Amino acid sequence: MIHPHDSIIVIALGRVVIPLTQLFGLYVIFFGQHGPGGGFVGGVILATSMILSILIFGMDAPESKLVHKVLHGDGVGLLIFAGVGGLCLIAGGQFLNYASFDVAGLEPAARRYLGIQLTQIGVAADVAVTGISIALSLSSKNGENVEKGNEVSGG
Amino acid sequence: MTFEIPLLVVLVMTAAGAILVKDLVSAVFILGSYSFSLALVWSLLGAVDVAFVEAVVGAGLATVFFLLMLFGISPKDTRIRRPPVPRAAYVGLPLLAVLLLYGAHDLPRFGDPDSPPSTHVSAVYLERSLEDTHTPNVVTSVLMDYRSFDTLIETVVIFTSGIACALLLRRGTT
Repeated sequence: MIHPHDSIIVIALGRVVIPLTQLFGLYVIFFGQHGPGGGFVGGVILATSMILSILIFGMDAPESKLVHKVLHGDGVGLLIFAGVGGLCLIAGGQFLNYASFDVAGLEPAARRYLGIQLTQIGVAADVAVTGISIALSLSSKNGENVEKGNEVSGG
Repeated sequence: MTFEIPLLVVLVMTAAGAILVKDLVSAVFILGSYSFSLALVWSLLGAVDVAFVEAVVGAGLATVFFLLMLFGISPKDTRIRRPPVPRAAYVGLPLLAVLLLYGAHDLPRFGDPDSPPSTHVSAVYLERSLEDTHTPNVVTSVLMDYRSFDTLIETVVIFTSGIACALLLRRGTT
């Protein structure tokens, strides 16, 4: 189990750094079509910010409520990605060919833009949830062979 | 050119340090710095997206995973007892290096417009990306539109890795 960190400096810094990191992650996801970055990197940055939150405040703190909620969304990102492809299929086109994505009043290029945006959100959600899930799996203990003083205290 | 030689020296030094150091925690940190200098190499070569991923995943998330894993095992297991290097390695590895250098001599020059990867479909992607998808970043449009089926399967791989880690490591906990 991960225990909350007891240093006031780390906690005060975490309150500043974690929202900034999340904001930067969202920026990377939504700016990925115009600059470096994209869904994968943005999702990893979001996951890192939430791992930082559980390392600093602990799993049961009110600051880590978001992590508990996010963990229920395992597979949602994949569903968004495949769902966009399926919508293209339903609209009469090929799987993941966003040009047939049935949105009224959009030319094919704009539809592709929208499709890329949506699938990037899907990839980001998948990567973020998986990152947090792996970090929690690695820090969970089996119960036996745990020696005292060997536990992670705040990273 | 001025940055390339110091970067190469730092890369080789950090890679050798990560292998030679006795303590696994130190090796993880040296590996993180190796990833960071590798990210600088990627951005020097113009592959900014790859550099971004290398810096975020290699130097950030992978280091956190390694550290969480190392804190989970007992401290005596994080020290490496290294067996002596076999005599054949001193002969075989330089031979392998010579073979690799001989093979690398035949590779196309970096940025050669006539090399096979530049002449097949990448020219079409570069020309048509903006008008097809309104996406100025060609890497994103290739990943998410032209080759989105590959990306879908990669997303499945990431999802599966998370599920497999949870199945293997979370025993009896929530």
